Amino acid sequence: MSDLTRLPASELAALLDGGEVSSVEITRAHLDRIAAVDGDVHAFLHVNEKAIETAEAVDAARAAGTASGLAGVPVAIKDVLCTLDMPSTSGSKILEGWVPPYDATVVARMRRAGLVPLGKTNMDEFAMGSSTEHSAYGNTHNPWDLTRIPGGSGGGSAAALAAFEAPLALGSDTGGSIRQPASVTGTVGMKPTYGGVSRYGAIALASSLDQVGPVTRTVLDAGLLHDVIGGHDPHDSTSIPDAWPSFADAARAGRREGSVKGLRVGVVSELAGGEGFQPGVVERFQESLALLEEAGAEIVEVSAPSFQYAIAAYYLILPAEASSNLAKFDSVRFGLRVTPDGQPTVEDVMSATREAGFGDEVKRRIILGTYALSAGYYDAYYGSAQKVRTLIQRDFAAAFEKADVLATPSAPTTAFPLGSKVDDPLAMYLNDLTTIPANLAGVPGISLPSGLASEDGLPVGIQFMAPAREDARLYTVGAALEQLLESRWGGPLLAQAPSL
Amino acid sequence: MSEITPEVVRHLAQLARIGIADDEVQRLTGELSQIVDAVATVRQVATEDVPATSHPIALGTVTRPDVVGTPLTPDEALAGAPERDGDFFKVTSILGEEQ
Repeated sequence: MSDLTRLPASELAALLDGGEVSSVEITRAHLDRIAAVDGDVHAFLHVNEKAIETAEAVDAARAAGTASGLAGVPVAIKDVLCTLDMPSTSGSKILEGWVPPYDATVVARMRRAGLVPLGKTNMDEFAMGSSTEHSAYGNTHNPWDLTRIPGGSGGGSAAALAAFEAPLALGSDTGGSIRQPASVTGTVGMKPTYGGVSRYGAIALASSLDQVGPVTRTVLDAGLLHDVIGGHDPHDSTSIPDAWPSFADAARAGRREGSVKGLRVGVVSELAGGEGFQPGVVERFQESLALLEEAGAEIVEVSAPSFQYAIAAYYLILPAEASSNLAKFDSVRFGLRVTPDGQPTVEDVMSATREAGFGDEVKRRIILGTYALSAGYYDAYYGSAQKVRTLIQRDFAAAFEKADVLATPSAPTTAFPLGSKVDDPLAMYLNDLTTIPANLAGVPGISLPSGLASEDGLPVGIQFMAPAREDARLYTVGAALEQLLESRWGGPLLAQAPSL
Repeated sequence: MSEITPEVVRHLAQLARIGIADDEVQRLTGELSQIVDAVATVRQVATEDVPATSHPIALGTVTRPDVVGTPLTPDEALAGAPERDGDFFKVTSILGEEQ
C-alpha cells in the first residue's frame, strides 16, 4: 500500500478508525519513503528508530478501544523541539548529540494522543534564517526542484511533507518560519495566536515572537493537529488560559456551501504587490481573491503604513532577545565544550566554545543584539523598535475594524536557488516582509497553496491573518479557499509536483 | 550613519563571549554597519508619544503554588553536562591566576 504516504492525516485517521490499515503499516510506509528519498531531500536530521515500536503500541491501544482521533498517524518534529528519546540540536553544532531530559509540551501532548514521532527535521541554526541554509547539518532541498531552498527556518518539516515523507509535522514561527516554508513547498503552515500553543520545551529564539504550530498538507489536518497541541499550559507563563474552539471543526465548516458569504477579506495594500514581489506570486494572489469574491466574500482594501518598518523593528527585537536567550549555551550545563590550550579561565572556555559551536548567522545576530541592548544605544534601537511594535498593533486594530481577515501573499517570491542569498543577510531578511507583522503583533497567520507561478512553475502561498484569539476564522477561510482552488486544479497542488 | 567600527565589533564579541578571528572582525564590521543602517529606520517613526510594546498579548503576572517538586532528578539534570563532579556541574577555574 505505497499510496499511504499520499493520504492526508484526516484520511489516514479514518482508515485506522475503520480498522482498514494499521499504524505499523502507515509508519513503515513513511519510513520506507524516507529511506528512498531523504538522501536527495535531506529533510531529516534524525529518524526515530523506535517508530515501529510506538506504532505497535498504538495499534494495540486502538484494538483495546483506548485510542482514537489521530492516534497511529506519524508526525515529523522540527529539531527546535525537545524530545526525550531523540537528539535535539536546533540545527546547531553547539547542541550536537544533546538529548534533553524532558519533552516539549507539544511533543508530550502529541505522544499522549498516540501520534507516532518519525524523527527530527532540519532547520536553520536556532531558527535563524529563511532558507535552512544556516543549518550546521547541511542543506535541505525543495522537493519541487532540488536546486532550490525549502524555505526556513522550518525547511525540513515543510520538505518532509512535500516529499510525502510525513503526513504531519510540527514547526515554530518567529518571523515566518512555519508560513514561508509552507508557501515555497506547496504545503500548509499555521502560526497560532501568540500564547495559543505552549512554547515549553521549544528552544527559544525570541521569546516575545516565537510560536509553535502545525505544518501539514491540508487545512483540515492543520486544524486536527492544532487541536492536539494547543491550549493552556501551566509550564509556559505566556500561555493563554482561555478555552479554544475546535479548529478541525472550523476547517470542516469552511468546506460547507456559503461558508465565506459576507466575510470581509482585507487586502493589505502595502503587501499586495509592488517592489520585491514576483509577478507570478501577485497573479496567483489576485486569482485567489477573485475566487473568494465569487463565493460571496467581500474584498476590501486596508492600509497598514507602519508595516514598512516591521522588518527593521524585527531585526532589532529578535537579535536582542536571541542574544539573551542564547547566553545559556555557555559550555557549563549541556552541549559542546571547547577548552583552549594553556590555563584557560571559564570565560576563555565559553568564548572558544561559542566561537566553534555557533555558525556565522547566529554570531551575527547575537552581536547585533548585544549592540542593540548596550548602554547608550538601547533607547535609540531596541526602545524605538518596541514603539514600532505598538504602531504595527494599531495598524492591525484599524484594519480589523474594516475586515474579518487580512490577506497577503505568504512570501514575495517562490523558492529561490540554494546559495543565491546566503551571503547577503539583508536580502535574506527581506524575504520575511509579509510574515513578520503577525509575529510582532501576536496575531495568527496561515499559509496555504494558491497555485504555481507562471514564470517558474513553483508553488505560491497565500496568507490569511486574523485578530488575536480568532484562529478559527483562518481555518474556515483557509479550508474554503483550498476547496475552491482544488476543484479548479482537479486535486491537491502537490499532485503536480515532480516525482522524486 | 552607523557607529560600527572594528573596535566596537571586538568589544561586542567580548561582551557576548564569542571568540572572533581578525578576518571575521573585518567582515562583521561591514555587515553589521549595513544592517544597523537599515534597521535604524525605526527611529523615523518612534516618536515620544508612542508607548513601547514589549509583549504582543498582555497577560497578568502568572504565579504557581509554592510547593516543592522534583521536576528533574540530579542525574537527569546532569546527563548533558560536559563535565560533572558528583551532583555538581564542573567548570574550569572561574578566577584568573592574577586573582
